Amino acid sequence: MRNPLADKVVTIKPSGIRKFFDIVSEMKDAISLGVGEPDFDTPWHIRDEGIYSLEKGRTFYTSNSGLKELKVEITNYIKRTQGISYDADHEVIVTVGGSEAIDIALRAMINEGEEVLIPQPSYVSYEPCAILANAKPVIIELKEENEFRLTAQELRDAITDKTKILILPFPNNPTGAIMEKEDLEAIAEVIREKDIFVISDEIYSELTYKEKHVSIASLPGMQERTVLINGFSKAYAMTGWRLGYACAPKEIMEQMVKIHQFAIMCAPTTSQYAAVEALKNGDDDVAMMRESYNQRRRFLMHAFEEMRLKCFEPYGAFYVFPCIKEFGMTSEEFANRLLEEEKVAVVPGTAFGDCGEGFLRISYAYSLENLKIALDKINAFVTRLRAEK
Amino acid sequence: MREQILAIIEKNSRINIKELAVILGADELTIANELKAMEEEGVICGYHTMIDWEKTSIEKVTALIEVRITPQRGQGYDNIAERIYKYPEVNSVYLISGGYDLLVTLEGKSLKAVSSFVSDKLSTLDGVLSTATHFILKKYKDHGTILTKKYEDTREKVTP
Repeated sequence: MRNPLADKVVTIKPSGIRKFFDIVSEMKDAISLGVGEPDFDTPWHIRDEGIYSLEKGRTFYTSNSGLKELKVEITNYIKRTQGISYDADHEVIVTVGGSEAIDIALRAMINEGEEVLIPQPSYVSYEPCAILANAKPVIIELKEENEFRLTAQELRDAITDKTKILILPFPNNPTGAIMEKEDLEAIAEVIREKDIFVISDEIYSELTYKEKHVSIASLPGMQERTVLINGFSKAYAMTGWRLGYACAPKEIMEQMVKIHQFAIMCAPTTSQYAAVEALKNGDDDVAMMRESYNQRRRFLMHAFEEMRLKCFEPYGAFYVFPCIKEFGMTSEEFANRLLEEEKVAVVPGTAFGDCGEGFLRISYAYSLENLKIALDKINAFVTRLRAEK
Repeated sequence: MREQILAIIEKNSRINIKELAVILGADELTIANELKAMEEEGVICGYHTMIDWEKTSIEKVTALIEVRITPQRGQGYDNIAERIYKYPEVNSVYLISGGYDLLVTLEGKSLKAVSSFVSDKLSTLDGVLSTATHFILKKYKDHGTILTKKYEDTREKVTP
């Protein structure tokens, strides 16, 4: 029989998280700090709108780019949070999660062989999506001493005459790093000078604990070269609803909508009705969840300080990214032993890129009670490792 | 700071000062002072425990009683409210707008105990025009806590 597979897909490595997931799933009594989604249920008034839309029989396709009402709410939201205007009819698309938006943005913009800059550690899908879009992914290794922010110099050093797009994943999963306005201004200058584009994945934009998130699209001359991606999963605890969106200049958006209409048709209708409610009346819920995450974040930072585990203070998302280099083992070894010996699951930093070596991603999308138990166990483990040395 | 402290201890009054200080990013002395001040001012009136008595073998009956009363000159409703709330079996007394005046919640050992309290004590008070007693059959949610279902983490254990 002929080889039924596409070589390009075969060469893509399966997600490093998957392997770990299989081990953890086998262990019934493991405490996991490995989850990349909120522990809150979707606020009831949002779920209720979803249910109501079903009861009313709103069970049909929406227009390809999404419900008009939702697109208008999205533009209102971006206007009030970032001060920039998008045309709801031509510059917004509602997608199946932020993930789809990343995929179609890359496919809409890349010609074969063009380079996409991907800062790592970062979310697992950028590199494979770039490869599937026939781009050449170029990794920028972010550094702990910069609090895992992207510096203008690092960007400049990575740019060649083939560079087309920078993926900007902040607030960051897995490091929890943020980019503040000054950081973005420095980056934006290089981007304008080198005439490249940005895919800005801002899915964690509501979860920052220092100052409010600033989108690179809000900086002078940047809206026209940015695809802004966001969604409902993290801010409103709506991961299972699979709903995200992208805003981009009309010229780019037209092509994104084409891919979306043939591959997806439209995002789930029920989710879209629920999302309208989220944007209209969800601010208080977001504030409540943000405050709760912030309390847990402080708790974790304090616990690491007490166990003298090196960790820069992250101001975004719901992850901390402690350094375990002092133990002289790889992230994967550390995570495996922690799981075996203390039954606590954390994700090795290497799942998010090679430069995650020496780090762990610990999620604080868990109740304080849960975190306390887990951190006591991590403390016992770390103490034992130090004694072994 | 007060609002944040109250939001936390309203849900978990057992949290200690050190922990509060850590999660709020404040120092312990500030927290201790705020708590003390709020206790003195009567903002914090007590640290109670939520108990689902249904799950114990102890028999308890709770009733909501709507009370219509004639307000007294110079005293309004306060005098009668006081005469009611002084009974230890009375859990709460609220002055209510709308169709009746006081909402009284009452805990008793049995239906009979509650009914005799209402007929003997409550309805015979001067100024009480009428009462309507509703017995609570099941508590689904109390003080913001859902009693009928336990939280269960149904997320996948590891996700990107």
